[in-house]
Amino acid sequence: MQSVIVLFVMSLIVFSMINLVGDPVDMLVNPESLPEEIERVRRDFGLDQPVHIQYWKFLQGALSGDLGNSFIFGRPALSLIAERFPATLELATCALIIAVTVGLPLGVYAGLNPNGWGSKIIMSSSVLGISIPTFWLGLMMIIVFSVILGWLPVSGRGEIGSFLGLESSVFTLDGLSHLIMPATNLALFKIAMVIRLARAGTVEVMSLDFIKFARARGLPPLRIVRFHLLPNILIPIITVLAIEFGTLIAFATVTETIFAWPGLGKLVIDAIVNLDRPIVVAYLLFVVTLFLILNLLVDILYAALDPRVRLQGDDK
Amino acid sequence: MKISFLKSLAFIATMASGLGFLTSSVMAGDLKVALAAEPTSMDPHYQNLTINNSFSTQVYNALVLQDVNQKLIPGLAESWKPVGDSSWEFKLRAGVKFHNGAAFTAEDVVATMKRAANVPNSPSSFATFIKGKEFEIIDDLTLRVSTKKPDPFTPNDMSRIAIIDSAFVDATTEDFNTGVASFGTGPFTLTKWLPGDLIEIARNDNYWGNSVEWDNIIIRPIKDGTTRTAALIAGDVDFIERVAPSDLPNLEKRDGISVFKSVSNRLLYLTLHMTDDPIKPYVTDFNDNPIASPFKDIRMRKAVSFAINRQAIADRVMDGLSSPAGQFSPEGYIGYSSNLKADGYDPARAKELMAEAGYGDGFKLTVHGPAGRYANDTRILEAIAQMLSSIGIETTVETMPASVFFKRFARGGPDKKPEFTAAMSGYANGSGEPSHPLRIFIHTKQKERGYGPGNRNGYSNSEVDKLIEDGRASMDIAKGEAAFIKATEIAMQEYALLPIHHVVATWAARDGIAYENGALDSTFLHYISSQK
Repeated sequence: MQSVIVLFVMSLIVFSMINLVGDPVDMLVNPESLPEEIERVRRDFGLDQPVHIQYWKFLQGALSGDLGNSFIFGRPALSLIAERFPATLELATCALIIAVTVGLPLGVYAGLNPNGWGSKIIMSSSVLGISIPTFWLGLMMIIVFSVILGWLPVSGRGEIGSFLGLESSVFTLDGLSHLIMPATNLALFKIAMVIRLARAGTVEVMSLDFIKFARARGLPPLRIVRFHLLPNILIPIITVLAIEFGTLIAFATVTETIFAWPGLGKLVIDAIVNLDRPIVVAYLLFVVTLFLILNLLVDILYAALDPRVRLQGDDK
Repeated sequence: MKISFLKSLAFIATMASGLGFLTSSVMAGDLKVALAAEPTSMDPHYQNLTINNSFSTQVYNALVLQDVNQKLIPGLAESWKPVGDSSWEFKLRAGVKFHNGAAFTAEDVVATMKRAANVPNSPSSFATFIKGKEFEIIDDLTLRVSTKKPDPFTPNDMSRIAIIDSAFVDATTEDFNTGVASFGTGPFTLTKWLPGDLIEIARNDNYWGNSVEWDNIIIRPIKDGTTRTAALIAGDVDFIERVAPSDLPNLEKRDGISVFKSVSNRLLYLTLHMTDDPIKPYVTDFNDNPIASPFKDIRMRKAVSFAINRQAIADRVMDGLSSPAGQFSPEGYIGYSSNLKADGYDPARAKELMAEAGYGDGFKLTVHGPAGRYANDTRILEAIAQMLSSIGIETTVETMPASVFFKRFARGGPDKKPEFTAAMSGYANGSGEPSHPLRIFIHTKQKERGYGPGNRNGYSNSEVDKLIEDGRASMDIAKGEAAFIKATEIAMQEYALLPIHHVVATWAARDGIAYENGALDSTFLHYISSQK
């Protein structure tokens, strides 16, 4: 119920704000057109109606799952988003995997040896990871890995393979070579974040009694990390990452533009520039829904990982 | 130790690049191209948009084609001539086949016109070029196009419509996007379209014109200029358009890369409001009291023109990528007047003119313009503002996103009148007919008759209006052109608007590939050839 209200309020805000900006007709119709053509476009797209009537029509459509047709492409906004979503999802998922596989071990290591040289290097480079702008780093990666070394292709998505009915560029060598740079670029900020979360968690948990007890029992250090430390520091990391996964999808725009990745970001940037209102509205609603779903998933995961949360539930 | 490490790194690099070469190499005769934008649809009649139109010329032909300087040349029509006062007869090319094997006849033209004028949900329809025309089939290869009034520009209009097979007269835009209906007569056939990712076209071996040499062309849309350059240097693509100005000096010096430049017909101009109703106080005295627009006085418009150092803008703001302009068309185009030159920089003369007009003490002005729409638009406006300030017009610059700018520019004032006193905008002639800019920007605004939709500063001269109207009513093209050149000369000498420069279009390619320097600010793939 709450989610429905959030969606409704969001649609109202987005719809009214975007109607304040410019006039799509100026952006769409070639200025050499006849005046009656310009009027026809205005009529066809319902732009001759007052905003509240446009919104009412939008709401009616939205309730039956129709968020309107893109002005530019003349096709349903939702199906355009659905077409571009897999590419973005693939990019965001890979970025997330990279962030966890690189960030977690480094963070735990830094937490276990807080005063070692290694951990100092890790921590100071994580500061860099957080503060270097994505677009600059993206361009640098292109210059180093594509232009100078010639190892990786500059842009695009590459060949798409299919595996168990799933279509993704992960399944071909060419696709992977296209994916690795944008995914790493997108992951970098998150790597730094995972390092910091893991380190903070490790330092905190390591000083707790049950770890001391495990040590006193003479358990090997790796076993302590694997069975005593990790489950305890993972909970906050998963919570943050799930929400961050949403932002990866929603804000991959910069990375997608630099690497010409055919995902949602490109679609949306073009839609904003050309005032393709239905796409902008549909995209924002899509992102809100995505965050709502991710929040729900986090709650469920929480219960799975933390027995205390689960037990409370059972008591009722 | 260190050296051997570097050596092994170099070895890995060689291996990896060798591997990369193996996986990414394509058959000889294939060309990979990166463009700055991609078409919004594969339906050639969906949207009258520059990128859609330049792409559709690869797969489709119009009756009449435009060469690189927009001169009309035979396409699917071998010849055309006026018949009587208000109709044109087109002799169609015999033996032309569509990509699906169907023969091309006059019937296809009639079907095309029917479809192109009525595409549902078109954001910018081609009906503009078709409405008011009657199409009559004389025989299979002869077509008569009649208009209610004499229309010397019917051939220009026909150069804008891509001809499709009559079998697809009822095809939807979706049918073209999925390739079900996308059969033209052009030099290439459409083989694949992944929106946002790539377009593939293959050579049409049965093309009626000069055959192209590439087996396949793979087009990738890469919006970011620096990424396009990197893709070219890294060898991902062979050819790019719109080189980012900051990359140009490096690319020109680089071995293995050639750069192509030509003055395009994209004009940047300044418009100054010249009627009694200045709409908002964008001109004030030094105490911020609104004053009437000083630009009613031709001497003030002239003063502004003399105060602008066009060459400095070209050299320093545009990195050499613009050519100072004194009229709509660049040299070599129809409608170009050899009597008009760009005004030189003469601030002393500008100050004299201001004093003569009674504005010797100066005033305050706000100039408006779009940000990010044209190359360096904001920086150009800032340069102009400094130049105007130095002759006593204390100028402030206000820029905004194009989507906001164009609405306010056209009708942001009260009663939906244009809002700005001074504004910068751009123009490129799509149809190649010389009366087009005159009809849009120079003729007195008469909405019902389609005159002056872009005339936002209130310029009006009945002599110029008459020249434009007479020229547009004369089936004698040469006579018409003379009238348009005369009208252009009068209007430019009266500073109906102030041309600043024509933008220089750029392309770059790896060595061994040449581009026929076109003057249009878009890329036509059939002009790319290999140097032998």
